[in-house]
Amino acid sequence: MSTIAWLTQFLEVLAALALAPLFLGWVNACRAWLQNRRAPSLLLPYHGIRKLFHKDAVIAADASPLFRMAPYVVFGAMVAAAAVIPSMGTGLPFRSAADAIALVGLFAIARVFMSLAAMDIGTAFGTLGARREMMVGFLAEPALLMIIFVASLLSATTALPLISEHLAVQAPALYPSLAFTAVAFTMVLLAENARIPVDNPATHLELTMIHEAMLLEYSARHLALMEWAAALKLFNYACIGFALFIPWGASLGESGVLALAVSIPALAAKLAVAGVWLALLETVSAKLRVFRAPEFMATAFMFAVLGLLVHLLLGA
Amino acid sequence: MQDTPFDLQLLNACAAILLLLSFAMLAQRRIVALVNLLALQGFMLFLATMLLAWRTGQNHLYVSAALTLVLKVIALPWLLHVLIRRLKVQWDTEPLLNVPGTMLIGLVTVVFAFGLAQPIAELASTATRNSIGIAVAVILLAFITMITRRKAMSQVVGFLSMENGLFFGAMSATYGMPMIVEFGVALDVLVAMLVLGVFFFQIREQFDSLDLHHLESLKEDQ
Repeated sequence: MSTIAWLTQFLEVLAALALAPLFLGWVNACRAWLQNRRAPSLLLPYHGIRKLFHKDAVIAADASPLFRMAPYVVFGAMVAAAAVIPSMGTGLPFRSAADAIALVGLFAIARVFMSLAAMDIGTAFGTLGARREMMVGFLAEPALLMIIFVASLLSATTALPLISEHLAVQAPALYPSLAFTAVAFTMVLLAENARIPVDNPATHLELTMIHEAMLLEYSARHLALMEWAAALKLFNYACIGFALFIPWGASLGESGVLALAVSIPALAAKLAVAGVWLALLETVSAKLRVFRAPEFMATAFMFAVLGLLVHLLLGA
Repeated sequence: MQDTPFDLQLLNACAAILLLLSFAMLAQRRIVALVNLLALQGFMLFLATMLLAWRTGQNHLYVSAALTLVLKVIALPWLLHVLIRRLKVQWDTEPLLNVPGTMLIGLVTVVFAFGLAQPIAELASTATRNSIGIAVAVILLAFITMITRRKAMSQVVGFLSMENGLFFGAMSATYGMPMIVEFGVALDVLVAMLVLGVFFFQIREQFDSLDLHHLESLKEDQ
């Protein structure tokens, strides 16, 4: 592997770690503007994380080691995921470490540890949040896998960087299958990242929260890691979306410093647009009742499977 | 895919959207939205027919496209909207059983339809033969829509959607039916719609509702 590949890899992980809270701040700011509110500072997530790192951790008396371990596992899984997603370049040295299916597995590890930690303390809210998270997860995961299968069928590989490379270099054509899976992916992204139709990231109303309910018992550095991991997850999902549906702009293979330099503003532009798009989607849709969430996820799954079937039938 | 010409790609996209609209109808609760979806499906059919006419240069397809536009996009949805307003069922919703389950059944049906259409598609020599599977799927999905509904209105919408599927199937298998058949079918659908409109009023007068399960029980049982 050349130096440039390692440089790409290093920059990608660094960008994910550094930009994830900014992206979250950008989505929140756009949402505030769309709702005629004064936007909070873009840097607010950074301040939150810094503040939490300076505090002393309080841990429940009957917490097991799993509870202390979970934030590190979740954070680690998200960083590992960021390493195999081709956000800037596709010639990643780590790309043989995990293909797209293993990537879904990485997200699943994070989800399982988070839910176990939430149940560990034994509070009612933690258990409630964990159960809801697993419900959302077990419906969203097959949809995500189907989305990846469509892209894999199109490019005959399951490695995300190679899929992205293939999709970027082929001649432009109308792909109904990719359009369907893009819709499915957006729905999965909203559901998996606790965004509005499924969960409200800003709520602390006990009866409706999913993600927040699981984090209630965490404080200080553990909470900081969990929130950073949540921001990273959103960032990772956005980058998977770019890799599958708008792969242009990333540097392909081992194509030198110039392509890498171009890919950085390209990524920034994509993130900015994606932030506005997410904020718009969240503003125009209302939160679903928890028991309607399976319908939402079933629709996402349906879109993904339809994409697969349409690809198999029409070859498009 | 790269070697398929752009108009054929557009046609394939139309076919895919037709299939998607069938699924949307399967999951739609509100009757007004259901009629709008039907009109949209008719419009996609019109676009597909126009594209095919332009691609193959068969002039009779322009006529059937115009027929689709007038009948399925304008006349029938308008008629249905008038009926809905007269019957005062604008806000009617249908308690659907288990939407995720229906969707999964729908997906299995699509797989079945694609398998069913494979041998037909191999016999056909048209450029659009791949879409036959989609047409069969649209027909079967309309069937499911009719089976899972209890209200007379939504069953009629399912019936019309089935007709859309048949039309699309004929179009993709043989570039449309003979003109006389197409006119006959169009007239049939229009007359059926008018007769069913009268039926709606009769059913409601008898049972005070458009719920068809009242029709299933014999008079002695009541």
